Amino acid sequence: MSNEVRDLYREIVIEHSKRPRNFRKLESVPAAEGYNPLCGDRVTVYVDVTGEQLNDIAFEGSGCAVCVGSASMMTEILKGKSREEAAQIFDSFRALVTSGAQVSCPPALGDLVAFAGVRAFPSRIKCALLPWETLWRVISPPHPDPLPSTSSGQALGGEGTHFAPSPSGPSTPSRLRS
Amino acid sequence: MGRVHTAISAAAPAFDVQSMRADFPILRQTVYGKPLVYLDNAATAQKPRAVIEAMARFYAEDYANVHRSVHALSERATQTYEEARGKVRRFLNARDDREIIFVRSTTEAINLVAHSYGRTRLGPGDEIVLSVMEHHSNIVPWQLVCQDRGAVLRVVPITDDGELLMEEYARLLSSRTKLVAMAHVSNALGTINPLAPIIAMAHARQIPVLIDGAQAVPHLPVDVQALNCDFYAFSGHKLYGPSGIGVLYGKADLLEAMPPYQSGGEMISSVSFERTTYDRLPYKFEAGTPHIAGAVGLGAALDYVGALGMRAIAAHDRKLLAYATNQLSRVPRVRLIGTAKEKVGVVSFVVAGVHPHDVATVLDREGIAIRAGHHCAQPLMQRFAISGTARASLALYNTREDIDALVAGLGEVLEVFA
Repeated sequence: MSNEVRDLYREIVIEHSKRPRNFRKLESVPAAEGYNPLCGDRVTVYVDVTGEQLNDIAFEGSGCAVCVGSASMMTEILKGKSREEAAQIFDSFRALVTSGAQVSCPPALGDLVAFAGVRAFPSRIKCALLPWETLWRVISPPHPDPLPSTSSGQALGGEGTHFAPSPSGPSTPSRLRS
Repeated sequence: MGRVHTAISAAAPAFDVQSMRADFPILRQTVYGKPLVYLDNAATAQKPRAVIEAMARFYAEDYANVHRSVHALSERATQTYEEARGKVRRFLNARDDREIIFVRSTTEAINLVAHSYGRTRLGPGDEIVLSVMEHHSNIVPWQLVCQDRGAVLRVVPITDDGELLMEEYARLLSSRTKLVAMAHVSNALGTINPLAPIIAMAHARQIPVLIDGAQAVPHLPVDVQALNCDFYAFSGHKLYGPSGIGVLYGKADLLEAMPPYQSGGEMISSVSFERTTYDRLPYKFEAGTPHIAGAVGLGAALDYVGALGMRAIAAHDRKLLAYATNQLSRVPRVRLIGTAKEKVGVVSFVVAGVHPHDVATVLDREGIAIRAGHHCAQPLMQRFAISGTARASLALYNTREDIDALVAGLGEVLEVFA
């Protein structure tokens, strides 16, 4: 087995993907759905936010180990943080998975450094980022959509789409990829 | 090409996979330091040197626009292009070259029928019958035309093995049914649908039938006259030909009665601002400069598989499918999706506790190319209550060693996701 594969699927990532933390729905809080039509990763991220403070974060959905592991560890590290702190961690995480940059200054990414191996797999970077971009749609102004939503809001990076049931016939995703 | 011809004529039924592999330059490479094992043939197949060289030669020696000019190159290009049409006619055993329309892809072929036939023949309350195992390209064009015309899609369900429920199909056919659109072979399951009764039952009610043959033509001999289908669509690129060229076969009387799909140059007989008359078949449906070299490449691909013989290719496919099914069934935590009795070499599976994309990523680093995901068949994935599958799909150049590599790779998957 290649070292790159071992680096992608670090034990802690797989452990989180098998037993995701904060894997539940939060009632009556803003939420957004992120969907990657290419691979079918789908997460709904719920954020209980008061002012600048992210009190609680949870998610539901299904996806690959990289996506679910990333979502699980994201909820752990961001819970209790301010928007500002969350933004810094997201920036660091994005830099880590896209370029492998180990950001020298705080905030520390903690266990999230396990995702450094993703950069060797360009097609999987979006899997790691999907939960974060979805969360970002919830907490970034101006208008986070509470679910259920009828809008087809785009995730950052344009990966997100909502299913829009067609008026007749079976429901079909608004965007289909072959 | 010459070597293949000789090999076939000298030692009749020999199907020498190793010598065929040598015909496909791309297979001779390593990926991440491992020999390439290409098992993503249902997405697209690799090209033999005969196809690559035929296209290069055409561009180097004979290229010009077709059906337009009197000069020598244009005449040669036109002749070569029309010879390719003849090869397609023989490949499908169609009655007439006029019934062979060059398009970009299976998708475009289906869109052609959906627009030209669907929009003129469908009215409110009319129905189109298709199956739950269709590729999106045989769903969405019909969905759009139904929305436009107030018509309705009716969907034939399948068994847990991935076989069409024929009694349900019979029940769905009615006086409201205006068309049946059905895959010959399921791209995600490998199921071969029983076209003879499907078509006969529709015809008993004067309902025309379109067959999506994209996944069938690489694996099976096809005879559109024996099938008696009304339309048959396929792409060149899954059949060892280039991408960007596909075929719509249609019965001449149906095509004659249909209005053009796209319009512009090439497809007209005369144009004035008051009135345009359309060219005869098949040109009525070939607006604009076609993918001329693509048709030439497809012709070369048909020569290639023709020299091997589709029956021999099908026999190789059956044997390798049986081996793959047997070997994969023994891998712990692996469950096959699509276990119909009649199948081609498409093996979809899920690994318990491992997302298909993670399966594909680990295999990729072992040099093994498969497809993971919903395979453009989301309704089918919903039917099996899964988000997607991993899919290994076979071609004439695949070997038992390729399957063994896949099984070994799955061992790595199980180790990573212990």
